[in-house]
Amino acid sequence: MTPMDFLLLTKGPLFSLAIAIFALGILIRLFEIFALGRAHNYAAARGNEVIPGLKTMYRRFNPDPGTFKRSTFDVVVGTLWHVGFVIALLMFIPHIELIKSTLGVSWPGLPNPVVDAVTAITLLGLVAVLIHRLTHPVKRFLSTPQDYLIWAVTFLPVLTGYLAYHRLINPYPLALGLHIFTVEIFLIVLPFTKLTHIFTAFVARYYNGAIFGRKGIQS
Amino acid sequence: MTQGAHSFSVERGLNAWREEIDAPVAAFFSSCVHCGLCAQACPFFVETGDPKYTPIHKLEPMRLLWEQEFTLWGKLKKTVKDRVDAQLGRAPKPLITDEMLEEWEPLLYDSCSMCGRCSMVCPVGNDIHYMIRKAREGMVASGHSPEGLVAASVRAVNTGSPMGLQWKTLDVQIKHVETATGLEVPIDKQGAEYLVLLSSMEIINFPEYLEAITKIFDHAGVSWTLSKTCFEATNAGIQIGSKDIAATLVQRVVDAAEQLQVKNVISPECGHAYTAIRWEGPNAIKRAYPFKVYHIIEVLDQLRADGRIKTEGKEMDRLSMHDPCNLARKSGVVQQQRSLMDLVASNFVDLKEHGEFQWCCGAGGGVSSNERAEPLKLAAFKRKKAQIEEVEPERMVTMCATCRTQLEEGLEEFNMDIPVVGLTEIIADHLVEKEVENKKAEES
Ligand code: HEM
Ligand code: SF4
Ligand code: SF4
Repeated sequence: MTPMDFLLLTKGPLFSLAIAIFALGILIRLFEIFALGRAHNYAAARGNEVIPGLKTMYRRFNPDPGTFKRSTFDVVVGTLWHVGFVIALLMFIPHIELIKSTLGVSWPGLPNPVVDAVTAITLLGLVAVLIHRLTHPVKRFLSTPQDYLIWAVTFLPVLTGYLAYHRLINPYPLALGLHIFTVEIFLIVLPFTKLTHIFTAFVARYYNGAIFGRKGIQS
Repeated sequence: MTQGAHSFSVERGLNAWREEIDAPVAAFFSSCVHCGLCAQACPFFVETGDPKYTPIHKLEPMRLLWEQEFTLWGKLKKTVKDRVDAQLGRAPKPLITDEMLEEWEPLLYDSCSMCGRCSMVCPVGNDIHYMIRKAREGMVASGHSPEGLVAASVRAVNTGSPMGLQWKTLDVQIKHVETATGLEVPIDKQGAEYLVLLSSMEIINFPEYLEAITKIFDHAGVSWTLSKTCFEATNAGIQIGSKDIAATLVQRVVDAAEQLQVKNVISPECGHAYTAIRWEGPNAIKRAYPFKVYHIIEVLDQLRADGRIKTEGKEMDRLSMHDPCNLARKSGVVQQQRSLMDLVASNFVDLKEHGEFQWCCGAGGGVSSNERAEPLKLAAFKRKKAQIEEVEPERMVTMCATCRTQLEEGLEEFNMDIPVVGLTEIIADHLVEKEVENKKAEES
């Protein structure tokens, strides 16, 4: 197989397969959650559920001062690389063009050097959280192979994207093929691992906010 | 609890969990990224530094069950495992064993006061304490709950009080209060506005409370009553995690309230009793109440707002306050106690993290009824101690008999000379005397 064959494979059938597994997988995961439902609550409510639920969905991006102080590294570096990841994903002009050609929607991107810098920061951030995971007593204790797996499948698309952009892998079709291939691994792994938090964290936050909100506390 | 030990089994425990796992639990387990932030929110981790006290880790057995039975991926893995085992002709290894549950018992009981602080902090939004409450149902059903809590539950069911306290003990106290105040303590008054419940811990440790409300209610002209058939507000069934026991105990309160046809039920200065009756009770008996439930602090603040409490003079020393988790974070009562403090304190200072972000005293969630948990209870108190040291109050005020006992014992242990008082008593101490009030009314 030539690098060009590999690129065509990743761009074609493999990509469709990965997208299908990702979409179907996430739908099943969400269905599994919502199908369980919630028992009727007979206690007279003090407050509303919906508004506090929605508020908690965004409030947890911005932790309380005590938590910020006690876990500064997690909050700062975690936010930094997540934001970087999303910028690299959604603000890189070739990505926007791909989305435009498949979904028909588009938006203005950021200049390449900016995305390049953000990507570098994201990579450094991800390396830092890995080191933190390996050294922090609580994180080390909690971590299972899956935690390292999701780190790797998140790290690889960013890394290969960075290497391809800087022409550090040759020939270019191989570089691009590898990048797309790692994205496909990411998409396929996502629904079966805690990478589902990308979607379910909002569900969890909503429930948290609703449960507390009913009792009159904004969580 | 009254059945023999043979009726408890791992399978029954797992069945209880299967029943408890709902959409929020599935969303929470799906979302945890093992970031460890919840550990920093938990007094039992913060003060011991032992990672096994990380809140989410306390739920690992329940998470295993969820993964295997409530996710497609888990079911697939199980099918493959079973096939392989069948091929090799070996018996499948059980997912959750008795030994595992035994190991988790101290994690779910001794090192968790159900304070709910972890639930406020988890960045993906997991309400961890909601799950710990559920996990305890399975622990009871599998026969893995602490002796101290089992004993308290048995006493509560058999005698009406988790401490085995009887009406005649309370009756003696009532007589004392009546002699001291010259006021009547109403008993079994039909159609009273409020049915007042007490906690055994309060009756034994803080008889001042009954005297205080007798004075305040007389002052404010509130119609209230005690019930001879049910005076206990706490619910050992909820602490240990047994819906059946919880329902039995709640039903007694409901029966008493319905029999006396009261409009409202007042939970005493006890955070646990309040959440038990206010939030869990209706779900334990599966119907809404025909009456409202208030914590005494809510009632006092309403009386204050209505101008029915007239006070004179203020406490001059530096006072700070401990918010009971159950009252503040878990029930939304945060402002009321502060408005009441304003009424009677001139030098009040809040602890730095208070209200919904306060730190637990370390004794809640059944920890104080579980002798085995004593060392952990004292360890967790160190967080509260550090908070108190930060603001250097001369006295602490609180509104929960369990918190108050824990603060008193803890402060004594560390040789800190800071008395602890109940908020209701302080209010009672500052009531304008009736005669004086009448005279003033005549003059004007
Ligand atoms: C853009 C897609 C996302 C990807 C690829 C992703 C991936 C990851 C990975 C791999 C980790 C583990 C890092 C580690 O080993 O410490 C992680 C942690 C985390 N994620 Fe995401 N995530 C995404 C979106 C989100 C969203 C939308 C939320 C919130 C609603 C979120 C909240 C978190 C939190 C709170 C952590 C823990 C951070 C920490 O350890 O300090 N993530 N994520
Ligand atoms: S804080 Fe939340 S996401 Fe982090 S380890 Fe605890 S439960 Fe999991
Ligand atoms: S509820 Fe409180 S004591 Fe229990 S795990 Fe959470 S923070 Fe710790």
